[in-house]
Amino acid sequence: MKILRVNMSTLSVQTEEVPEKYYLLGGRALTSQIISDEVDPNCHALGASNKLVFAPGLLAGTSAPSSGRLSVGTKSPLTGTIKESNAGGVAAQKLAKMGIKAVIVEGKPVENAWYILKISADGEELIPATDIIGKGNYDAGNILREKFGAKAGVLTIGPAGEAKMTAASIAVADMEGNPVRHCGRGGTGAVMGSKGLKAIVLDETNAPGVEIKNKEKFREAAQAFTKMLIANPTCGQGLPTYGTAVLVNILNEAGALPTRNFSQGRFEGVEKISGEFMYDTIVKRGGNPTHACHPGCVMRCSQVYHDADGNYLTAGFEYETIWAFGADCGVDNLDHIAMLDRLCDDIGLDTIEMGVAFGVAMEGGLLPFGDSEGMIRIMKEEVAKATPLGRILGQGASVTGQAFGVSRVPTVKRQSIPAYDPRAVKGVAVTYATSTMGADHTAGYSVATNILKIGGFVDPLKKEGQVELSRNLQLATAVLDSLGLCIFVAFTVLDEEKALPAIVDMLTAQYGKEFDVTGILGVNTLRVERAYNKRGGFTAADDRLPEFFYKEPLDTHNIVFDITDEELDATMAPFDVIEEVAEAAATKE
Amino acid sequence: MKLLHLEVRLFAYLREIIPESSGGKVLTIELPEGSCVKDLVTYLGLDKLDISLIVLVNGIREFDHSLLKDRDRVGIFPPIGGG
Repeated sequence: MKILRVNMSTLSVQTEEVPEKYYLLGGRALTSQIISDEVDPNCHALGASNKLVFAPGLLAGTSAPSSGRLSVGTKSPLTGTIKESNAGGVAAQKLAKMGIKAVIVEGKPVENAWYILKISADGEELIPATDIIGKGNYDAGNILREKFGAKAGVLTIGPAGEAKMTAASIAVADMEGNPVRHCGRGGTGAVMGSKGLKAIVLDETNAPGVEIKNKEKFREAAQAFTKMLIANPTCGQGLPTYGTAVLVNILNEAGALPTRNFSQGRFEGVEKISGEFMYDTIVKRGGNPTHACHPGCVMRCSQVYHDADGNYLTAGFEYETIWAFGADCGVDNLDHIAMLDRLCDDIGLDTIEMGVAFGVAMEGGLLPFGDSEGMIRIMKEEVAKATPLGRILGQGASVTGQAFGVSRVPTVKRQSIPAYDPRAVKGVAVTYATSTMGADHTAGYSVATNILKIGGFVDPLKKEGQVELSRNLQLATAVLDSLGLCIFVAFTVLDEEKALPAIVDMLTAQYGKEFDVTGILGVNTLRVERAYNKRGGFTAADDRLPEFFYKEPLDTHNIVFDITDEELDATMAPFDVIEEVAEAAATKE
Repeated sequence: MKLLHLEVRLFAYLREIIPESSGGKVLTIELPEGSCVKDLVTYLGLDKLDISLIVLVNGIREFDHSLLKDRDRVGIFPPIGGG
């Protein structure tokens, strides 16, 4: 295993041995540790001092099911916090097969120049990106595959990343080469843009593959885990059929579907943007409702969505995207939402951040709610071209709210709150407030237990049990993010007691030793991230929801968010202990 | 006997089991006063499925023995997930 260090100031790539302290880290545990070790938390996120770290999870490149998530870590230009954003697609498996534990991109080109980083089993090089600069992710990917081979893995930034918009994503191509899997949140695309890196191309031809110490034991555990995922009704039946959009109706029924910039909890146009309607539309038009984002995923929650003429329009069309451009903007036209999804994939933008920014801008009078044609026009003519209006929207909801004088701005640490109203799904609201990442549902998906009846039941409308629920899920998620497993395996892990032991068995067989998975990958990761944010000036006062959630009752249940500051502070306090002990010890000395 | 008039919506593949609910059509169902969630599930024949259903009554999660009221809005879901 090796680490690649790419210096964009000197335009050189060095290969380093993996230090012993990183040996059992992967994915998020590794990106957060490297950022903490090497990046000043008070640096400018778009300056030469920030770094961008790519790391496959510990199980990547093996036959472990659904283990192909790629973590990208940096100091976020959106939130100012540490950031890990992960995506599916084929990149993580290719990196792992080439024996690459992490790619660290640092420095900044002296001149305004753009590069492609080519990584193959034979070596690495930086190549001028002249023929793809300014291109969208679809065109850029096609040109790169033509040049480097149809099977090459491709990561790119679009015009938004080039313009360093803080909603910019990094696109990871899927198995068909479409740029539809994104490290979406926190502006990682802007950091890649600030480094002058337009694309990374991965060619694992003749790569050695992943070393597994005990192949037989690994195969047994991987097969057992696969069977559990397939037997689980959520992972084996619900997700493959309807994808994540099946959530539209249940959140609406629960009165927790944020509508028209979080002013209501149910959307009258819900049926036309529902997962059931999407499924029928896909089947009728000859698309594919059951599609995997990387080889070896058994849940296959992605889908291929065709337009009314039966031509490919987009893929990986997620619940949060449909909600953001749909209910949150008062839009009930699924084809228009699909076009907005495609535009975000192509321009290279986080769909949650952009949808919420539009909702805020609509409240500020930019467009009437429901004007999806106006949104498409603005995306094409303003955001894609980085005009002043496009740049405002492309910074996300917080900047957009300031620019339009709006007081109802649903963000935490400047990152948009996604598709579950904090007042009516209080467990995930605790995650929004206290996550080290800013508002992020995936950091501790309490929706599972609040709404979906997975891992028990904690009443979503009451405060009792939410802090513990969020804490436990944030811990479990840090582990999964470090293994490279898709967080949807949690739907099985939370209800099947043999699942976690099977994961541990895979790791033990692969690395040839037993280790404390929760401690090393979970507790340590959260500690490192909390300490980093603290060094960067974040305090408990930042772990709060926007004021309006405490003051404006949600119409569906007539309730506000009522978990106290002290209760919120108790959520992550266990992960601060060691640091305080260390500080106390240092003071004594 | 007084009857409860219930507004029932089914979701995901439950719509294939009860085609009258396809496309999000609302079912109006009458049950005797004193009926509970389990009675409604049995009336619809969904008790025969070997799955754990999620039932929301007026947006609030209810369980088998929760009593239903006249004009309740009931949503029934099979196990689903996403995020």
